[in-house]
Order: sequence, then C-alpha cells, then structure tokens
Amino acid sequence: MADPVLTIRDLAISLPPGADREFAVQNITFDLYAGEILCVVGESGSGKSMTANALMGLLPEQVEVAKGSAHFESRDLMQLPAHERRKLRGDRIGMIFQEPMTALNPLMRIGDQIAEVFEAHNRHSPAERRQKALALINEVGLPDPEKIIRAYPFQLSGGQRQRAMIAMALALDPAILIADEPTTALDVTTQAQILNLIKTIQQRHGMSVMFITHDFGVVAEIADRVIVMRYGEIVEAGTAQAVLDAPQHDYTKALLAAIPSDTVPDPAPVTAQPVLQVRNLRKTFVTSGGFFKPKREVKAIDDVSFEVARGEVLGIVGESGSGKSTVGRAIVRLVEPDSGEIILDGQDMNTLTAAELRSARRRVQMIFQDPYASLNPRKTVLHALCEGPIVQGVPRDKAHARARELLEIVELDAGAADRYPHEFSGGQRQRIGIARALAMDPDLIIADEAVSALDVSIQAQVLDLLRGLQQRLDLSLIFITHDMRVAAQLCDRVAVMQLGKLVEIGPVHEVFLNPQQEYTRTLLAAVPGTDWQLGAA
Amino acid sequence: MMDFLKRFSRNKGALLGALILIVVVLLAVFAPLIYPDSPWKMVQRPFLTPFSTDGFPLGTDTLGRDVAAGLVHGARVSLIVGLVSTLVALLIGVPLGALAGFYGGLVDDGAMRFTEFFQTIPNFALAIVLVAILEPTLPTITLAIAIVSWPPVARLVRAEVLSLRNREFVDAARLAGLSNMRILFGHILPNAMSPIIVMASLMVATAILLESSLSFLGLGDPNIMSWGYMIGAARTVIRNAWWLSFIPGVAILLTVLALNLIGEGLNDALNPRLARKGR
Repeated sequence: MADPVLTIRDLAISLPPGADREFAVQNITFDLYAGEILCVVGESGSGKSMTANALMGLLPEQVEVAKGSAHFESRDLMQLPAHERRKLRGDRIGMIFQEPMTALNPLMRIGDQIAEVFEAHNRHSPAERRQKALALINEVGLPDPEKIIRAYPFQLSGGQRQRAMIAMALALDPAILIADEPTTALDVTTQAQILNLIKTIQQRHGMSVMFITHDFGVVAEIADRVIVMRYGEIVEAGTAQAVLDAPQHDYTKALLAAIPSDTVPDPAPVTAQPVLQVRNLRKTFVTSGGFFKPKREVKAIDDVSFEVARGEVLGIVGESGSGKSTVGRAIVRLVEPDSGEIILDGQDMNTLTAAELRSARRRVQMIFQDPYASLNPRKTVLHALCEGPIVQGVPRDKAHARARELLEIVELDAGAADRYPHEFSGGQRQRIGIARALAMDPDLIIADEAVSALDVSIQAQVLDLLRGLQQRLDLSLIFITHDMRVAAQLCDRVAVMQLGKLVEIGPVHEVFLNPQQEYTRTLLAAVPGTDWQLGAA
Repeated sequence: MMDFLKRFSRNKGALLGALILIVVVLLAVFAPLIYPDSPWKMVQRPFLTPFSTDGFPLGTDTLGRDVAAGLVHGARVSLIVGLVSTLVALLIGVPLGALAGFYGGLVDDGAMRFTEFFQTIPNFALAIVLVAILEPTLPTITLAIAIVSWPPVARLVRAEVLSLRNREFVDAARLAGLSNMRILFGHILPNAMSPIIVMASLMVATAILLESSLSFLGLGDPNIMSWGYMIGAARTVIRNAWWLSFIPGVAILLTVLALNLIGEGLNDALNPRLARKGR
C-alpha cells in the first residue's frame, strides 16, 4: 500500500446556475492506493457519483470541473484532451454501473459487447477477442460461457448482467475499477455473490477499486478504507475499521446509528383476534403466447395462508420475484387472486363485487414504495388526504379538519396541506402517504417497501414514525420489505417468501435467530455487514 | 403558472409565433370593423397591383375585389375552422383513447381497430369525399377536418393513459374507493394534458392547411371568402398576377408557422426536463 495510483487534490465540480448549490463537490482530496478497495459512502445528493463521473470524464452537460487535479500514471486526468481520456477509459480505468440492464446494449450479444472493448482499443484479432471474451466470462463466474457469449442482456438475470458488466470492465486489465452502486439494484443473496466476486477479482488482478455505495453494510463487507461524503464534501476518511467502529464526525455517527440494527427485539406475543385471515391464496400470471410461442406461467402466489392479529406488525420478506408484493396487492385486490379467501373481520374480500368492493376499500389501505409516484403531482396534499374520505361519505369540512390533524400526527406542519407534492422531499412525501392511508381509518395497513426508496437517515425517521403510530393507534400492519434489518426492527412476526411460497413464518426473534428453513438461513447470511454488526453487538 | 410563462418566453421562436398569432387573431376579430363591406363586393377595376392605389394596399383580384378585405375576412374562416375542428377532434379522440388505454383488453382492441380504419385512408382524400358527400358549408368542412384528424389524438392519449394507469397514485385512488370514471378523468387525464395541449396547437395548424387545400380545390363554402379560395381563384392568372396567389399564401405560411412555433414552445415549457436536454 505504498504508492497512490490516483491522487486527487482539491477537486471541485461546479453545477449550472439555478442548482441547489454552487458546487456538486468541493475540497475533494484523497488518494487511491494500489490494491485497495476504497469505499465512498454518502446519501443521495452527496456528490459521490459526480466525483466518479468527473474521473471518467462523464460529467453531464453544464457540469464542469472547476478546479483541482487528479493524477493518474503521472498525468493529470482533468487536463487531458478528450481523445486521450477516451483511450484511458476502459483501458486503464474501468467502470461498472448501478443498473446493468440499462448499462448494456439490449440489442448486442454479451460476447460482442465484451469484444467491442478490445476493438475500441485496437487490441487483438477478432478470433483472439472471442477467446478473451470467453475467458473473461469464465472468470466472472458466469455459467456455460459458450452459451452466455451468444446471449442478449434480457436473457440474463440481474446478477448475471452485473457479472457481464464486470467482465467488460476487466477486459483490458485496468489499474482502477470504479464501481458506482453496483449492487444496489440486486437482491441480497446476489449482492453477496457480486461483492465476493469484486473482492476476488480485485485481489487476483491487484487492482484498485473505488466503490461507491450508500450502504454501510456493504462497506463493512469489502472496504479497506472509507470516505464519507455529505453535501459535496468529505466529512470523514480513514480505514474501514476506524470509521465503522470509532466514527469521529457527527454525520458518520448519525449515519451509522440510522442503520437498522440486527439486534432483534423480543416482542410480547400477540394474542388478540385476527383482523385478517388469508387462506390458500393463489395467483398465477399467464403471459399469452403467440402462434408458435408456448404460454408462460408464473406462480406469483402459490397456496399462501397466514393471519394478522389486531395490533400486530407482520413482516413479509423475500427477494424480488418472491411474490411478496403480489400478496399485498392481492389482499387489497389491486391484483385479482385466482382463488383463496381473504377474510377481513369475518368478511371475505375476495367474493365482493366491484361495487361492494369500492365501499369496502376503506378497510385496507396501502403505503407505497415510490414517494415520487404515489402522489398525484397535480393535486394538493389536502386533496390527496380528503378525496377518499369524501367519496366514502365523510362531510367535506370534517374531512379537511381530519386531514390537518393527520398532517400533525405524521409531523408535518399544517401549512403542508395546501402545497403540491413536488414541494416536498422524499421522506416528507412518504409521511404524506402514511397520512393518506390513516385518513381512511383502515382496519389494516399494508406498507409495500415503504422505506426502500429513502436514504438511510430518512429511513430511520420514517420507521420511527411508523413504529410510534403503530403503538399509539394500535394499528395492524403488514410490512413488505426485502431488507431483513428493517423487518427485524419493526415487525412482531415475520413471514419469509420464496418463489410464491411461504417458506417460514414465526415470531421475529425465532425466525432471525433460529431459522428453520435453509432458504431463510441463506437470506440472513447474505445480509452485508452481518459479522461486523454481530461483533459490535 | 408564472413559472410556465417564464419558461415559455425563454423560447424566442415561441414568442415570435405568439406575436404573429395575436396579430392574426386581432385582424380576424376586427374584420367587420376594418372592412365593413363584403369581401365579395367588386370595388375597383381588376388586377390593381399592390401599393399602387390609395385605399387598396394589396390591390384587387381578377374580378376587382379588394385583396386586403379578402385576407382579413379569410383569417376569420381559417381560425374558426382550425380551432373548432381541433376541438371536435379532441372531443372524439381524447375519450376514445382514454377508454382504450384505461380498460385495455377488448375495449382497447375495438377502439384501436376503429382508429386504424380511419388511419388507413389518406387524410386529404377522406376529407374530400366527406365534403363532397355533405354539402360544402362551413360546419360540414369543419366536421370533415375533425373526422380526419382525431386518430392521432386517440393514439397519443391511449399511450399516455397506458403509462399513467400503473402509477402508484392511481392505485392509491383505487384504494380510496374512487369510481373508474373519476380516476380516469380526475387523476389520469389531468396528468396527460401537456402532450395533448402541444398536439392540439399543431393540429390547429394542420386544420388550417386542410381547409385551405379544400377551398383551393373549390370544395370550400362558396359563400365564405377564405385564403385557400383566394389562391385557387388566382391560380389561372399566376403568370401575370403572381401576387394574387402569393399574398394569401404568405398569410397561410405565417399563421401555420406561428402555430408550429407556439407548439414547440409549449412542448419546451410543459416538459422542461426534455427541453433542457435538447439544447
């Protein structure tokens, strides 16, 4: 760890006039040493991606490097002319992105995309390129290289695509690999594999990796050193161990404290009457085939039964495609189940006609994932909160009064009522979403990934709010999430889903500390940073 | 709203377009005051060249009618036909497209095949046939233009509704127990307004062109002076009195150009994110 490969001094990137601050990042000074993994951590808007893009020369229009230098192989990247930088990109510095589906060309075979990297830098003959591509595909652990080389991106899974991206980045054996949130879009078990892969490859090639992430769990998993960024400035830097175990800056402390911990609470068992009973719920999605294409069937919900007691929080956890969201949507009949019973306080929701359903809608409400898509951009907050109750027959002035009261309950000021959704931040919008669900005075609330789109510190606040409300108002809650830690924090009982089936259900401490099923154990082991947290606890 | 005006006025072309359109609208509105006499009335000897005789700034046509009076009265026809036919086209296209996009399935199939039926026939040919079957009067011409121009509206609205109906705020509205119609017209369509407005401004321009073309072919309302008729009537003398075709031609050009510029400005102002990338 003697020589820095990359030396960044006093880097500042200016934003176009009218942005929320003058510089995207400033006073950025750090070194990247040979053969280390440096994690750059920060919440959205902290400028961590901008820094990486500046190094690659991929800044958006009107965003420019204002000052500073980045020395790499005795040249200043910021001073190089465009064609020199183009030569460096992919050759000496590789990059992988968050969303491998959009980073790969959907119309090109994987093999051709890898070969293209060689072609762009005029290396090797076409036959050699193919050989090299095969070797790379092999190296990143993709199964059946001969087949993968001829596959299109859409034929691969998310994790396989990310592996293909890594193969492309590795093609010319770069000295630096920049990874911009490469595992954020992936499931937790896939994430664990990709992290592992990056680590192995980094060691085998002796590369330096600059790994951008928002997740301290990931940091604990792979980082040698850490840089913490906020509002475009570095607030803390140091070895991974030092930063994680003894953070100096208040912001780092706050970030670490905001991470849902693995310490599992042991809630008193809920014995109250069930508010919801789901019995033998099934839903199969059929994509209609063409003349020659066979029909494809996906069993999204495969014979699922469970109960939710009054005043209980039931977590449903699972990876993407496990059918956990479909269960939530089937209960409120945004998705029509094929068969099964959804008994809410003695009434089977699944047998209601459309007209009956409209008036019964009130009883189960949802909190949605995306705080940007879940509010109508053209309606005021007051309208969003009141429309439902008014349709259900609540007098207008009463609904308005209740809406203002609810805004207070979710800790927004009453002036929020007359504003439009775009004037609020993500966390505030999610509070509005919670208030909207409460406005209907429901028997049961389903929160579908309600905190997944939020930054970790905002996530902690919203979780706090939810927990407080749940206890105060004795809410019954189904909390759907992919994040085991969040589930551990909030839920009384947890149900684990895999491929449409409910594999395990039980009190949260039993499922987490003494999992019965192999799949649950795999899921728990894949949560990044488990060792570090267990060590800390 | 102020924000919108600011973004709109940042586009110089759009401002110019708005200016031209305002002039045309003013001329059309005050036509009876500026030229109280009928534009069909013969007032001087024919073929007076422009700027040669006092009181007839644009000269007279083949029958000694005042070209300036024709131009001003023609503006009324063009604008009325353009606006009304666009409105009618929106009234057909928006609900049809909205229902197709919202309900999907058989409703969608039915509505879209019906739309395609109209799209397969060339616009202008269909308009000619319609006007020829119906009597060529101002209302029938307007209707004919509306009937040939609604299909793109239906397609656009369908596409917008398709992408909006799976948004979470629509799910939320469903959970609030709102009726389908209320969700469609209260939540989905207001969010699809921007592209519809942009398209409508361009449709007015197309409608004006269509009306002029029909009049040029002599299929216009014989009792109403329009720009297309003026060009049509002057085409036989284009070699010795070119300005008789040229002047109403410029009027059409400017009006259509103005509408296109406005449409582009609206597009930039209503979709600020796309606009910034484009420049």
